[in-house]
Amino acid sequence: MMRIPPAAAIGLFFTGLYFFIAVFAPWIAPYGMTEVVGDVWEPASRAHWLGTDSIGRDLLTRMIYGGRTTIFIATAATAISFVTGAILGFTAAVIGGWADQILSRLVDLIMSIPTLIFALVVLSVMPVNTLTLLLVMGFLDATRVYRLSRAVAVDINVMDYVEAARLRGEGRGWVIFREILPNALSPLVAEMGMRFIFMVLFVSTLSFLGLGVQPPEADWGGIVKENKDGIIYGIPAALVPAVAIATLAISVNLVADWILTRTTSLKGGRG
Amino acid sequence: MHPVMKLVAQRLALGILLLFAASVLIFAGTQILPGDVAQSILGQSATEKTLANLREQLGLNEPAVTRYFKWLFSALQGDLGTALTNGADIAESLGRRLKNTLFLAACAAVVSVPLAIALGLIAVRFRDRWPDKLISALTLTTISIPEFLLGYVLAYFIAVKLGWAPSVAMINDSMSLFEKLQAVALPVAVLTMVVLAHMMRMTRAAILNVMQSAYIETAELKGLSGLEVIRRHALPNAIAPIVNVVMLNLAYLVVGVVVVEVVFVYPGLGQYLVDHVSKRDVPVVQACGLIFAAVYIGLNMVADIVSILANPRLRHPK
Amino acid sequence: MSAPLLEVRGLTIGATIYPPGERPRDIEIVHGVDFTLEKGKVLGLIGESGAGKSTIGLATMAYGRGGVRITGGEVWVNGRDILQAPPGELRKLRGSEVTYVSQSAAASFNPAKRIMDQVVEAAVRHGRFSRRAAEARAVELFRALGLPEPERIGSRYPHQVSGGQLQRCMTALALCPEPDLVVFDEPTTALDVTTQIDVLMAIKEAIRETGVAALYITHDLAVVAQVSDDIMVLKMGEMVEYGPTEQIITRPREEYTRALVSVRSITHEEKPPAGAPVLKVENITARYRGTGFDVLHDVSVALHPGQTLAVVGESGSGKSTLARVITGLLPPRAGAITFAGRALSPELASRSREDLRELQMIYQMADTAMNPRQTVGTIIGRPLEFYFGLSGEEKRKRVKELLDEIEMGEGFIDRYPAELSGGQKQRVCIARALAARPKLIICDEVTSALDPLVADGILKLLLDLQKREDVAYLFITHDLATVKAIADSIAVMYQGRLVRYGPKSEVLAPPFDDYTDLLLSSVPEMRLGWLEDVIANRRMESAGN
Repeated sequence: MMRIPPAAAIGLFFTGLYFFIAVFAPWIAPYGMTEVVGDVWEPASRAHWLGTDSIGRDLLTRMIYGGRTTIFIATAATAISFVTGAILGFTAAVIGGWADQILSRLVDLIMSIPTLIFALVVLSVMPVNTLTLLLVMGFLDATRVYRLSRAVAVDINVMDYVEAARLRGEGRGWVIFREILPNALSPLVAEMGMRFIFMVLFVSTLSFLGLGVQPPEADWGGIVKENKDGIIYGIPAALVPAVAIATLAISVNLVADWILTRTTSLKGGRG
Repeated sequence: MHPVMKLVAQRLALGILLLFAASVLIFAGTQILPGDVAQSILGQSATEKTLANLREQLGLNEPAVTRYFKWLFSALQGDLGTALTNGADIAESLGRRLKNTLFLAACAAVVSVPLAIALGLIAVRFRDRWPDKLISALTLTTISIPEFLLGYVLAYFIAVKLGWAPSVAMINDSMSLFEKLQAVALPVAVLTMVVLAHMMRMTRAAILNVMQSAYIETAELKGLSGLEVIRRHALPNAIAPIVNVVMLNLAYLVVGVVVVEVVFVYPGLGQYLVDHVSKRDVPVVQACGLIFAAVYIGLNMVADIVSILANPRLRHPK
Repeated sequence: MSAPLLEVRGLTIGATIYPPGERPRDIEIVHGVDFTLEKGKVLGLIGESGAGKSTIGLATMAYGRGGVRITGGEVWVNGRDILQAPPGELRKLRGSEVTYVSQSAAASFNPAKRIMDQVVEAAVRHGRFSRRAAEARAVELFRALGLPEPERIGSRYPHQVSGGQLQRCMTALALCPEPDLVVFDEPTTALDVTTQIDVLMAIKEAIRETGVAALYITHDLAVVAQVSDDIMVLKMGEMVEYGPTEQIITRPREEYTRALVSVRSITHEEKPPAGAPVLKVENITARYRGTGFDVLHDVSVALHPGQTLAVVGESGSGKSTLARVITGLLPPRAGAITFAGRALSPELASRSREDLRELQMIYQMADTAMNPRQTVGTIIGRPLEFYFGLSGEEKRKRVKELLDEIEMGEGFIDRYPAELSGGQKQRVCIARALAARPKLIICDEVTSALDPLVADGILKLLLDLQKREDVAYLFITHDLATVKAIADSIAVMYQGRLVRYGPKSEVLAPPFDDYTDLLLSSVPEMRLGWLEDVIANRRMESAGN
């Protein structure tokens, strides 16, 4: 029987809730995504739980659809970043030699420019659409995953049990999938949580700067941009995404923490 | 030559090489589009004539390698070209804004560095007790909120609701230092909160790492007091990692500046960059990108050099 | 009679442990220990890992490492119970009345400060000496401890002197404030055997000359017998036996003490070489990639079926490199290897599966030699599957047989390595090697990470298996006692060269070459006065030269 500590339970609940809302947004949202239903910046009421936005759309509806976009993009970009980074990282660690050198120096180079700045440079000429966003975010972030996976794999690769497998005559596939991967999983899973959070922040930032998701499509960063002018009139509509992003980020963090401690404390864990 | 000097020289050379490679990357980043940059800048509605003009202006008729070296050599001489959108000299507009950005970043650094180190020390001193846990929870929260949202949260509560500081940080040369400081209070607060979290956590980890060494136990078993142990034995070894942490976070600050400037409409380099990205003004974007990359690479280099200089094994070879 | 210097009564010590996946728990690790120590006497604390000996040593300074807390009892030092002393009083005690020498001087010296600053710090801090007087005393101690350039060594940084020298500097650090009591915590364990004897002698003479009392903590009874007046044997935090050294060594009362005294008493009759050698290593020269010097020079040895060749040497002798060359991990620059009558390819990648199967390896650290995410069944079963194509019930049956052979039993088949003790882990590694039905097993320091009694068990098992399975061992070790116990032939290595090689009876019989003589005479023997004899012999020899 598995015991889930309360912090992890809260994290799991909110993470699950957000993903549920993201998947079923059209059935949950009370109004249409672009439907104008009231005045500009109406306060919260029974009809509009969070009030309305800068052009009179229901803010709750915008938030629900926005969550769908943000979470979808973040998830897809994390997947791209992980698949690319982890495969290249493991390969570099196991093969070593010049392949490792070339990949690692290239990654050093890309990481010598701040991610946001590099993304802005590229986005200044690329057409702004979802695919571009996914690719730019995914590939830039893959550098971090590459570094971690390579470091983890190099650590495991020098263990005596990997040497023992080589001396036995095992092939590269067995070494990677049966000896290294099971032992690399827990730091990678925890990192996946961190990467996902980073992606949520990253796509929100780009959208806020007007270079991410384009209107009338809703996303959390875009909602801030649309409603930021209300701030000086004391209208807090732009702050609603802050709550959403922070709770999502903290929840995912709690889950990742729990997975990390749980998997390392498995019977097979080290110590 | 002393071996340490050799290592430092190597690291400096690497930094220059990296900067050069980064300039290639930034240049290439604006060329990766399979089609025509001019087309992408002007959009589908552009006429053949305007397209041809822009190609001429961007030098697109020449091969990319030629264009790169032309760009690089003029950049090295301080000529960053002219903006496509208004024809202004980039170096001139950039210089003024760079000054503003550095002012903002410097203010944030002055506040956040001592604060982060102090909080890190407190967290270590009360490790696993409530002050540590409180600091850890607060920093986790600020890490989880993007800079621009933190900016609006502060603008809403402190500027609008309480009226303690302006919600827009306009500064110009005619303002006194005090007026300037007042104007940048909120953006500095936001930047501080963002880097503080990272810096404090890393400082805590760095000091803990030192405090768990066997030589700290030796010092305790010599009957030294807690303060003496820290001052005489922990600090000499903790300075290098702490400086490293500070440098890495100042580099991080450079990126945070971009977003915070947009939020507070601050006339700095970041806002300049973001504005021109949406206008697809490629020369300005390249110039800004290069400067941000240079600062970032430079700070990382300083961090590495400090580590080399502080290492007793390198300083006093066998 | 005046009050003793140190008196410990009913000492209990607790610790918080963090079992994975469970709540932290408080446990007791020392259960009521009593002893007394008079001025100028030396008490040896001996026991295997987990006996609580270091914890007790630190308790005499009222210090608990990590989550360790002193939970009960009294520790009287110079007439006061230090467990009741306020923090200020404790600080005055530590570093002036009681000082400490740790196992790893390399980690215990601050890398950022000069040795002299650290050696005199406590003496000056506690006002025992002025800075100048303390430095003069430190130089005297450096000289007494046999350190080279005693006037200048203090101005060096810790990483600039060798491990053995640093351990002596640590002793100087502890003696500098003229303490009443020094706690030596395994001060020679991390050193090579030829270095250990010098440090041991230096410590012994320093104790005698300064008249300081000492607690000497070690797992090696032969070592402690050389320096202590009394010995206390500990096991799992409890006292087993406590008495004068002479009585403990010659007339132990308890079963456990007897076991410790008779450890390494395994005897093994040397077998004459028979038949064609299973392994022939000829003129091997090797170096690591990216280095400009050879670590093996022209090494040739041979090993006959069913026999044991012990390769013995200290760190840096090249003995482990020889193993890497034979396994194919490090292709040699010159030389040839013949295995089971066939020429063995220098590259691992181009060896046949038959070659790989017949040449197995067992590692020093069983912990890292097994994948922590595989069960014992998978670990032992994989070679069966890989080399013999066994699967399902058939494989499981063979795994169980192997578990019986290593005296563990089939109950362990679904356990993970983390659930096993150190000795059990090494047994599983032996079973994994046996599963391949090898002709030769390379054993790389397989007992050096284990407690003596456990190591004995492993050696006995290896000898039994050799009789039954007729497998040859290439046994790499730094421990001459182990070599005497199991070898048929011996190769002594020093700085990458073979200095002596032949049947055990010849290698261990005079006349010796200088290095083998030094090595053999440095191994502590379980008798009183051994250290003095060796030192006297060496002085005579050097005087004779």
